[in-house]
Amino acid sequence: MALKGNLRDFSITQLLNLINLAQKTGQLVIEGPGETARITFRQGKLAYAQIGAEDGSLAYILLQTRKISQSQYKLLKERTAQMSDKEIGLLLINAGYLSQDAILTSLQTYFVGIIRRLFTWVEGFFRFEADSLPVDGKITVRVDLENLIIEGSRQLREWEQLQEEIPSLDMALKFSERPGTNIRNINLSVEEWRVVSYVNPKNSIRQISRATKMNDLEIRRVVYGLIQAGLVEIVRPEGAAPRPQGQQPRQFPTNDKGEQKSMLNRLISRIRSL
Amino acid sequence: MQTVKMVVTGPFNAGKTAFIQSVSEIDVVATERKITAEAEKVKETTTVAMDFGRITVDDDLVLYLFGTPGQKRFDFMWEILSEGMLGFIVMVDSTRPETFREARSILQTFRAYAPTPYVVAANKQDMPDAWDLDDMRLALRLDPKVKLLPCVARKRETVKGVLLELLYSILAEMETGEA
Repeated sequence: MALKGNLRDFSITQLLNLINLAQKTGQLVIEGPGETARITFRQGKLAYAQIGAEDGSLAYILLQTRKISQSQYKLLKERTAQMSDKEIGLLLINAGYLSQDAILTSLQTYFVGIIRRLFTWVEGFFRFEADSLPVDGKITVRVDLENLIIEGSRQLREWEQLQEEIPSLDMALKFSERPGTNIRNINLSVEEWRVVSYVNPKNSIRQISRATKMNDLEIRRVVYGLIQAGLVEIVRPEGAAPRPQGQQPRQFPTNDKGEQKSMLNRLISRIRSL
Repeated sequence: MQTVKMVVTGPFNAGKTAFIQSVSEIDVVATERKITAEAEKVKETTTVAMDFGRITVDDDLVLYLFGTPGQKRFDFMWEILSEGMLGFIVMVDSTRPETFREARSILQTFRAYAPTPYVVAANKQDMPDAWDLDDMRLALRLDPKVKLLPCVARKRETVKGVLLELLYSILAEMETGEA
């Protein structure tokens, strides 16, 4: 059945975890900000990855991982235009240019690099196409996802901590009332200055993020930094009543265990008869 | 007359009101208002205080079902509604994975309010876009011991199934506590 959704609420790490645990085979297509990534898995392991306009050919990957030079890349592209990646790989091994290990390591490095880039995506749509594999002739690898999941989880933790600190982007910011603080004396990054210029109780954080073209993670990072520095405060919505404290009331109107069981059995009978 | 209560909770538009309506013997006392937030306009109205349904068991016992408001800004109601509950049901819309994280957060919040038994109902399982239960269990990070039950909130039989499974869990916990 459908395995599709939005990255905003279902992270890359969660997807990898799901694919790993369910040992899924197929292609995960992620339409992110400005480009699309296609990640293939075989029995829950990373097999292949391609992103955006990058051609993903073996020659390109070897160039990216510095196994071949730019001139070697051009030569390889010219002379092997009609060959598949597997054929090119064999050619390079047989000619003694590269070992099989070196080629596989390059591919793994490149594919894992793509996954790392995906960890920064917090917006976009995904769908999983079960049993879809790369076209014939592509070289696939088998990379365990556990380490990648741990790495992604660290980023996710940061994201969750930021969400906890700044639970809603619909809140506004105001400058802290700290007499004597001169913001001009504080070293702010370009991004922080951009946000600071919009700080006003009338502007929600979401509006600021739109105006500064920052995604949710970026705006939260900046706002969190400004809060930590004591420069701004989140203006909380009014009317949030404190939760009442007190003893946990009784679940059953009686303390007699026998009577409680009797009640439960009567409830079960009644629901069955509905 | 003795009364007991269960709480039906879950994210916005998970099907809590429909769930209660399916089994309540009275018209559900719904406190719905027109939705004002653009982002949440997937339906016309939403519950802002609580839904209230009733099942009379016999002359001496009544079960009340309380549905929590789904929108986050009304979450101050949750703790009040959770007081004294026998157990609770977390409704999750199987077709909206974007709500899974919130469902998990609501589940944890209710667990913190009261360590009572609970079940998770995967609603809208009749829809073509519904996620498989196995995938949902992984996505919601549910322990294998937690009951994740298929549900169609507008179909009384599946709602009965969910309520019964919760009652079986309460009974089992009571018996384990005695052992």
